[in-house]
Amino acid sequence: MDNSHPMIELTIDGQTVQAAPGSTILQAAHSIGIDIPVICYHEATTPNAVCRICTVEVTGQRTLLPACVAQVAPGMQVQTQSERARRSRKVILELLASTVDLAEAPEIQAQMADYQADPQRYDGTRREAGYFDDNPFYIRDYDKCILCWRCMQVCADDAQYVNALTLGGRGFDSHIATFYDQPMPDTSCVFCGQCLGVCPTGALKPKRQALMEQGQPEDVIWLATRPPRRKERKP
Amino acid sequence: MIVPDNIVRSTCPYCGVGCQVDMHIKDDRIYRVTAPFDSAPNYGNLCVKGRFGMDFVNHPRRLRTPLIRKELGGQRQPVGLDGFRPATWEEALDMAASRLAQLVTRRGGDAIGTYASAKATNEDNYVFQKFVRAVLHTNNVDHCSRLCHSGSVTGLQLAIGSSAMSNSIAEMEHLDTFIVTGSNTTETHPVISLSLKAAVRRHGAKLIVVDPRQIEMVDFATLWLRQRPGTDVAVFSAMAHVIVQEGLVNREFLAARTEGFEEYKSTLQEMTPEWAAGVSGVPAEDIRRAARMYAEAQAAAIYWGMGISQSTHGTENALCLANLALMTGQIGRPGTGLNPLRGQNNVQGASDSGALPPFLTTYQRVDDPAARQRFEAAWGVPLSTVPGLTVTEMVDGALAGDIKGMYIMGENPLLTEPYLSHSRHAMAELDFVLFQDIFLNETGEYADVVLPARSFAEKDGTFVNSDRRVQRGRQAVAPVGASRADWDITCDLARRIEQKLGRNRSAGFAYDNAEEIWDEMRSVTPDFGGITYERLEREGGVHWPCPSLEHPGTPYLFADTFPRGKGKFWPVTYGTLSELPDEEYPFVLSTGRVLYHWHGGTLSRHSVLDQIYPEAVVEIHPDDARSLAIATGDWLEVVSRRGHITARALVTARSPEGVIFIPFHFAEAAANELTQNTIDPRAKIPDFKLCAVRIARAEIPADRNASPIPLTDRGAIKDPLSVR
Repeated sequence: MDNSHPMIELTIDGQTVQAAPGSTILQAAHSIGIDIPVICYHEATTPNAVCRICTVEVTGQRTLLPACVAQVAPGMQVQTQSERARRSRKVILELLASTVDLAEAPEIQAQMADYQADPQRYDGTRREAGYFDDNPFYIRDYDKCILCWRCMQVCADDAQYVNALTLGGRGFDSHIATFYDQPMPDTSCVFCGQCLGVCPTGALKPKRQALMEQGQPEDVIWLATRPPRRKERKP
Repeated sequence: MIVPDNIVRSTCPYCGVGCQVDMHIKDDRIYRVTAPFDSAPNYGNLCVKGRFGMDFVNHPRRLRTPLIRKELGGQRQPVGLDGFRPATWEEALDMAASRLAQLVTRRGGDAIGTYASAKATNEDNYVFQKFVRAVLHTNNVDHCSRLCHSGSVTGLQLAIGSSAMSNSIAEMEHLDTFIVTGSNTTETHPVISLSLKAAVRRHGAKLIVVDPRQIEMVDFATLWLRQRPGTDVAVFSAMAHVIVQEGLVNREFLAARTEGFEEYKSTLQEMTPEWAAGVSGVPAEDIRRAARMYAEAQAAAIYWGMGISQSTHGTENALCLANLALMTGQIGRPGTGLNPLRGQNNVQGASDSGALPPFLTTYQRVDDPAARQRFEAAWGVPLSTVPGLTVTEMVDGALAGDIKGMYIMGENPLLTEPYLSHSRHAMAELDFVLFQDIFLNETGEYADVVLPARSFAEKDGTFVNSDRRVQRGRQAVAPVGASRADWDITCDLARRIEQKLGRNRSAGFAYDNAEEIWDEMRSVTPDFGGITYERLEREGGVHWPCPSLEHPGTPYLFADTFPRGKGKFWPVTYGTLSELPDEEYPFVLSTGRVLYHWHGGTLSRHSVLDQIYPEAVVEIHPDDARSLAIATGDWLEVVSRRGHITARALVTARSPEGVIFIPFHFAEAAANELTQNTIDPRAKIPDFKLCAVRIARAEIPADRNASPIPLTDRGAIKDPLSVR
């Protein structure tokens, strides 16, 4: 933290806290042990406030503010658990559950329990963004993707600087893609797997793990380290 | 969804970055590898090898039982697994002990050469060199660091008295100005390259790349000096010339911390940028700009790899870099310094553990009575005072008949030594070869007795990474077959030989676990004194030197003084190249590595990594390819004065005209058939980066299958300069 400037004083859930100028509400809350739920936020990536689960109520502000990017200000009064903030989180979780397969996202499932979110509340269209098994190292199961952007970020300036991933489509059809939808071997991907390390939903996983989950015996898994195949649907 | 039975924190077995890994285990298999985001040196990042390349652990070809050659005696020929019969540990160890004891009795321990391993733990290496010194009574123990950084080690020992990286990896992201030379960092130290890229892109650092190949780091560089192979001394000496001429030397630092500058300065007179431009092909103005950028920076560091050290003037190259740092005072502060990037995950540790011919642990000399006596007291036996033979000298010794037996632990010299046919002849001359590894590699095929070792995932121990950080390796899965830890095997062998030699007192080879060995190492090694297993458990890693339990460890070195006292300038002369291209052999061959493979290939070629990069390539410039009518994918025969290989062409402008590049990982097209064993006179390191070859179109060899998918379609070649 920068010590050359005076600290900023604000209150979070009634507690007074001192925070460095430029720090976020999330960081300030964390420093006094107040937990604000996050999904797209990750310590290794630049926060983008994509998922809005961390939004909090700030007195005098018309809208809820995303704690992962909103900076502290003198005298700010923050409520992380106001009824409005909690209702917003519940709806976000219910909308996510209505379209995406969250079976392998234990942290989001725990949040759903916390906020008593009903996964059946909205009868949404399921996302079918494709299952890609196109290289010897990992698979991409985009039906499980919640578009948190973390994979794209570590592929770019938050770690690897190779930019193999991008956003494709618009609106509901938005999805993580490669340029021109090329199979991974034809992109700039160097198979570092930083994306697997930050994926919160099991959409990205090692090929070996995917085959084990399908119940494949060891000898089949060995043979499956075969030449890369092209885009395929889930078996 | 799989719930892991266990998640085990350990250290990646591939390169010297020493990434911390979390191995997810189900039913005794590693099925997923992640990295902790809160731990140095990698902070959550890995490369393809660490993330996906651990499956060699369960490869069906792992050695599961000791083996004895079926036809012993007579002329030694290489044999595959069918040339061996399974044996019990008792039989195999007893045979090995008898043969080695016989050699000691008849010819003395100096008739035995031994290879320790930069892949094995500190504990394995400590026990190994203890066995060699205390039981065989010789200092003939060396390992592959001879073939990678001995040029840097020798140069830095002369200049400042220490050869370790002066800075930590954690400092890299906050660099101001830095030079990368002779290091294809994005492929050979991928996770370090992320910090270097971030330094440039996120913090605006200036990068100077000095390298003949247009490597990926060039995309991040402010300035790229493309010197002709082998002309490094000219470029760096001309930079020094400019720094003197333009008054950019750090007078204060020179006076307080260095000696010999005036003498050195007088040798720079003739080494002008214009002269260097003629020799190296680098424009004189670029040399001037590089010199100013480096000298005028607030803080500037130098990072280098094999391109500097693997040369007949590797020592001179390293001295040039040391001279630059000393004359500008760019050492001894955060973000400055001299940083040889170490290769193997424990090459620093194997060296620190005493697996070098003149050195006991942490560079205590065998011919220094005080140091030697400390070990003689601890081990209770007298030790040889004569520094032993290096790996390159052991090979020559075998041909000369001075070396009669070899004990090789976890290395593959018959793929990684230069001039392989020469090394094979040497191996064939030996009376007895003992081989200990996890796979039967090209070297094991020459063995009489083969002992199956455990992989990194099946044993405990410690490793030292490139920035001197001591970190734990932890057992994650059950050992394969009857394999045993390297230290355990060596101890058993040592006890048997001591008995056969009638030694009335053992030097001590009865350890229950790796921690006991480490504690013995600490007791004889002041630099490790404060590093305990308990502390490593708590802190994750500690940078040595760390003399006491209260000492925090040392992330950057030389703040106040150098180990040799004052930094010393050494005059450097630009010598002739070891082999120049001529009419018969018109191309220069350089060798090196690729992202997807690891050194001798013992690990990576037994993993899924081999699927994406299954064959060697010959990188050739488009202009040369055009004049020889060669296209990407064509089979080529590459011939030097020492051997020939056949591999497919990759037409790319990455290497300059007249220079071809071949990775050395592939036994079926081993680049080291072609390289020369001319060595640097001081460091004894061979010239892997330069030899003369000729190229001709060829047919696919009868014993090889053309892969159904061309290498260029597999996804490994990310080279925008290549021509399909």
